[in-house]
Amino acid sequence: MRALRWHGKKDIRCDNHVPDPSIEDPRDAIVKVSSCAICGSDLHLYDGFMPGMTHGDIMGHEFMGEVMEVGSANKKLKVGDRVVVPFTISCGECDQCQRGNFSVCERSNRNAKLADKMFGHTTAGLFGYTQLTGGYDGGQAEFVRVPFADVGPVVVPDGMTDEQALFLGDIFPTGWQAAVQCDIQRTDTVVIWGAGPVGQFTIRSAILLGAEQVVCIDNVPERLSMARAGGAITINFDEESVIERLNELTKGKGPEKCIDAVGMESHAARSIDAMYDRVKQAAMMETGRPHVLREMMYVCRPGGTLSIPGVYGGLLDKLPFGAAMNKSLTFRMGQTHVQRWADDLLKRIQDGQIDPSFVITHTASLEDGPELYKTFRDKHDGCVKVVLKP
Amino acid sequence: MQRKSNQEYRNNHAARKAARSLGWLSIGMGVAELLMPRALASTLGLPGSVGLLRLYGLREIATGVGLLMTDKPAPWIYARLGGDALDLATLGVAAQRGYEPVNTSMALGAVAAVTAADFACARGLRQEKHPVTVFDYGDRSGFPQGAEKMRGRAATGQGSSQDAPQVSGMDAANREAPNRP
Repeated sequence: MRALRWHGKKDIRCDNHVPDPSIEDPRDAIVKVSSCAICGSDLHLYDGFMPGMTHGDIMGHEFMGEVMEVGSANKKLKVGDRVVVPFTISCGECDQCQRGNFSVCERSNRNAKLADKMFGHTTAGLFGYTQLTGGYDGGQAEFVRVPFADVGPVVVPDGMTDEQALFLGDIFPTGWQAAVQCDIQRTDTVVIWGAGPVGQFTIRSAILLGAEQVVCIDNVPERLSMARAGGAITINFDEESVIERLNELTKGKGPEKCIDAVGMESHAARSIDAMYDRVKQAAMMETGRPHVLREMMYVCRPGGTLSIPGVYGGLLDKLPFGAAMNKSLTFRMGQTHVQRWADDLLKRIQDGQIDPSFVITHTASLEDGPELYKTFRDKHDGCVKVVLKP
Repeated sequence: MQRKSNQEYRNNHAARKAARSLGWLSIGMGVAELLMPRALASTLGLPGSVGLLRLYGLREIATGVGLLMTDKPAPWIYARLGGDALDLATLGVAAQRGYEPVNTSMALGAVAAVTAADFACARGLRQEKHPVTVFDYGDRSGFPQGAEKMRGRAATGQGSSQDAPQVSGMDAANREAPNRP
């Protein structure tokens, strides 16, 4: 089969003779991928900021398609079903899954010992996202093996297009969880750093959840125009002071809810702390550039909540924790418990409350994938979200 | 979904920010040249050039103020490049005289580095003359019924899911209990 594989930093290729997957466990399913997407967190792998990738790993954790084969113990799916697959692999039976904490499933990470060493305790296995999370083949391929396929995959109803359903596997629930974790009240100002795909869904989730004022910060005009279309007030940090504008919008009190939809590769470029982070990151003394986290801790209203859907991989430096502690801030974060939200969000799409296809700006074949990684990373050609059709 | 696009001229924010920084640097250098020309002249190996250094100081302050006050920084950056050429020529003369060879060489190196920064800034500002394709996603709300109509839909239970959150305190903490059968 054809698949996009990681061959090193900034080296992703569309390989033609990759072995087809097969059923390895009776609960498995094999899915023929009809649509897959490049996620912002794939860029951390592309840029070499996440440890644990090995030569030849298949990329991709946002995908959907048709079930081609089902293991003997899988009673949920049948051949021919159209499914969208959550990026977190969850067994559905362990203590964490029973509590709804699907992204920290205790059983699905095949390399749990490695994750134990890195994080203290293992997290769930993820598709196409380093050996640390199980080393599972990803979905930017013609076919993919889905472990525990009787738990995760969501059957897509007839009449719903791939473009509407695909993002139920990751970025829509991620934006939703980021907003829900904030416990949004009707009087709240919710500020979202980053107008990328997750930021866009977070804006729309915050609107659906009733925030009085939703603000989005970025410096890419196209992304800001999409954010405004979704109901957000926008701040272009190249053109105005984030802190001054937020004070103006909140009468000097600061926003109640702050959401980091940027993660470890903050591009707030020309501030002193950002330059410091670049130097430390280049010297391998820090794994992320947490400019956004610092800014959120500083601007958030006392008693407020910081929600962090943006991905971080390791060690961060110079966080103003004194401000966070003394202001009684609450931190909520984590990989998305996709299975917790997907059914509800599917209903909202069916209900006509939201149409997730708005975010797609580029659709192409799998062969064009490597080039589109670059386009997406560099935010060229107005690129917000890439969908590939294997 | 079709994409709307148009051609637009855009400010190069990085170059404009660099131009402001160079403006401040200019003022700093100018003040130093104006207030302590004798010390600078002897350090740089330019004895007898006190008046010249004062003039250079005035020039630096003028370009610095110009850069900080203008909306069109390009001409002022070109003025700085002209000044850089003068500085390099003056230091070249000092190097030939050889009064303070080490200090003069270091100053030449520093001016060369600043000249490179001026060049980079000028190049960045030149890009503003070329139109770029800008995509307008103002029609992509994602809400088939419009954003304002959807505000609070999940909070008020008007949608299909009646159990969506609008709760606080311990109820909020407990809200995320598993909802799967």
